[in-house]
This record gives sequence, C-alpha cells and structure tokens, in this order.
Amino acid sequence: MGLRRSTIYLGTTSGLALTLAGIFLHSSSELRDARPLFARKSALVRQLELTDLCLFTEASYTRNLSMTDPSTPFQDAPMSLEHFPSGGLVGPPPHLVKK
Amino acid sequence: MAIVIERHRHIIDFILSSMLRRKGKNGALLLVYTLIVFILASVLFFTHALKREAALVLKEAPEIIVQRTLTGRYQTIPIAYSDRIREINGVISVRPRLWGYQYDSVFLANYTLMVPADNPPEPGSIDVGSAVSRMRGAYTGDIIAFPGHDGLAHTFTVRKVIDGESQLLTSDLILISEKDYRDFSGIPADQATDLALRVRNPREYATIAEKIIRMYPDTRPIVRSEIQRTYDAVFGWRSGLVIVIFSAMALAFVIFAWDKATGLSAEERREIGILKAIGWETSDILLMKFWEGTAISLTAFLAGTILAYAHVFLTSSALFAPVLKGWSTLYPTFRLTPFLDFGQVATLFFLTVVPYTITTIVPSWRAATIDPDAVMR
Repeated sequence: MGLRRSTIYLGTTSGLALTLAGIFLHSSSELRDARPLFARKSALVRQLELTDLCLFTEASYTRNLSMTDPSTPFQDAPMSLEHFPSGGLVGPPPHLVKK
Repeated sequence: MAIVIERHRHIIDFILSSMLRRKGKNGALLLVYTLIVFILASVLFFTHALKREAALVLKEAPEIIVQRTLTGRYQTIPIAYSDRIREINGVISVRPRLWGYQYDSVFLANYTLMVPADNPPEPGSIDVGSAVSRMRGAYTGDIIAFPGHDGLAHTFTVRKVIDGESQLLTSDLILISEKDYRDFSGIPADQATDLALRVRNPREYATIAEKIIRMYPDTRPIVRSEIQRTYDAVFGWRSGLVIVIFSAMALAFVIFAWDKATGLSAEERREIGILKAIGWETSDILLMKFWEGTAISLTAFLAGTILAYAHVFLTSSALFAPVLKGWSTLYPTFRLTPFLDFGQVATLFFLTVVPYTITTIVPSWRAATIDPDAVMR
C-alpha cells in the first residue's frame, strides 16, 4: 500500500522546516567562527584608516559611499544622468540628505 | 486528539487529491510563489548581512574625517588646517590622509591608491589588493607600472598582496608610500586628501564637528556614526533597482490576491456545493481552504527561504553578481557571513504566507455559506 498523500506532504513540510531550523544553526556556527575574522578586518580598518567597503569599483561615489558629495554622481554636467548600475542600488549617505 | 489529527489528515489527503487534479495550475502557482519568496528573501538576507558586516568592521574607522569642499565638490585640504583642529578639546590626533583613484585605461579598472597610516611600503614598492593582483597577474616581487599625473609610467615592485579574506575592504587597494603617492598623483606637499581625527569621547563628535565648521566654513566633517549609517542606505527600498524588484513582488502578490479574492472558479464552487450537499459543514469547507492555502504558501515560503539562504551565503549571491559588478572589471569575490535574524524570517513569513492564506479563505467562506443547490445549478 502506498503512502497517504498527507504523510508525504507533512513529511516534506517537516523536512523543509527542519532544514530552515538547520539554517539558523549553520548561521550561528558560521558567526561564531567568523569572530576572529571580523577582529582582523577591524584591525585592518584601523591600520589603513578605511571608511568604506569595497562593494563597487565602477564609480568613485559608489566606491567610497560615505565620502561622496551630492554633486559627484552628476559631475559631468548639471543635466547629466546617473549612468552606473551601482548608483541604482545605493541611496545617498544619510548625512548628505539630512543636513 | 487523535481524532482531530486524523480529521485534519483526511482533509489534507482530500485537498492534495483535489490540487493534483489541477496540477498544471497549482504547480505553476507554487513555482511563481517560491520564486517571489526566493527573490524577496535573497534581497533581505543580502542587505541585512551587508549592513551588519559594515557596522562591525567600520566601527574602527576614523572618528571624524574632515574634507574640504569647493563648488560643491570635495577638494584637497591644506595640511595647515590640522594645526588649529588639533587644538580643539577632545581631539587626540589629526592625521592627513592621502588617497585617491587611478583609472587604468588598459584594464578599464579603477584602483584606489592610499598611503596607509601604519607600516607603509618603502618608496618604489606597493602592496596590492587581491583583485588588483588577480587582474594584473602581479604577485610579490613582480614589477608593475601605472601612468602618473605627468603622463609617465611609474614602476613599483609588489611588496605583498593583501590577504584575500579582507576583499570586501581591500580588493581594489594599492598601498603606496607618501613620497611615491605625491610624485604619482601630483598632490602638493602642503595638501592632503582629507584629515582623519581621533577623538577620545564619542559624545563630543558632534560638538567637535560643529567647531571645525565654524573654524573652517569650507570643510565638511563626517563622523564615524554617519560612515556606519551609510550602509543602511545600500539596497534601501528607495534605491532604484530595489524598488523595481519590490514593486514586481508587490504586483505579483496583488495579482495572486486579486485572483483569489474575486472568487472561485465555477469548478471550485461546484466542488464546494457537492461537499455541502453530502454533509460537509461550512467550518469543514473553511478548514479545507485553509489547508489548501497553507499547502501552497507554506511550501513556497520554506523552499524559497532555504533557496535564498543557499544563494546568498553558499553561492556568494551568484544572481546578484552581474548587478554588483556593473561596468567594473575589478570587483571583490566575497562570501558574506550569514547574519540571520529570526525577526527577519518571521517578517518574511507574515508578509508572504498570511496574506495568501487569508485571501484563499474569504471567497471560500462566501461560497460555503450559500445554498448548495444554488451553487450546483
């Protein structure tokens, strides 16, 4: 006799739920292992006096996001449009838009 | 208790058989739903991990950076500014920072050149980030040339390649001595790119920043908390591409909800009529529809979330990579540390599973409360 459909469904759902729980365990174990790495990265930031993550290298205003100014993305001309894809992923730094 | 469980299992058996009769429609629905959850969860996981990583590593960034602006753009700053700034109470040290960009027209890459505060390379040598090393094929001991501001090629010996584990910070960096950087970039000896301040008390940041502006109105101080908060705006919901993704997700959900809320198909209404005619209660019908909605939405939520986790943290966000790389030829290959927040997953659950389940039940309640005879006609 084959398995009932509800058994297959509940078994699959339980398996997925357990995998989701496993993800949380994996995440916390990775975070624990990453502590020394974060300490090394922080030390490097202090040593090199870095201010930004190197997420994008295509434009200066997205390479060093916190150091940019409001006119940099439009530096070619007053009517020039944003033309780097990374500009579409980042908002302006809060200190530029709040003041 | 066993009877209640058995009742639910019979209803699940029934709805699964019913859904399998329309497997094309339900399969497509499950696939699209999973895809929506996957994209939404991928964006959430990626941005959250990035923000946490930025907050953790940038906590050691300089307390205050002082830039000088001219015609709305930042310019080099006279080193003489640091003498008066150093006298402000609470300022421990002021160090002129030298850094800037270099476009390599051969490799179409932008480098960031920087004079490090500690342990700078000897004149004539440089340290390079791992992406620069990878792209230029330059390793320790190799000689590498860049065209300087004077149009002449400046050659340097690679002292070392910066460790790849810090790619998210250093992949495009070229660390250089002060003398070489001034020769290379043409920055005069009395100027610096900006000033990095060390301040003892975090509560004094704002006061010191105000004093600097009063002292030099052409300057712009950026305090560390502002640097850290900058990364909250990365992939913020108002960012161009992200709002497009979120709009597509919202629209897809509206279509789902609209499809469900505007009523059931004639076949589904007839099915409900028959069930009522053979003795099913309205509560049984609602329970059936609840399980039907749950079967689709819970499976889509679990599968989409798990796939998103694998995508972001195990495959280094492979699907986002083309967008992150943009036009750049020089990019870090990094794997984010999986910062997973229970609240984030719970929010995702309430945003995806609950609305769908509710919109499944409402029209079914309407159909289940009318006379079975009228439904079947």
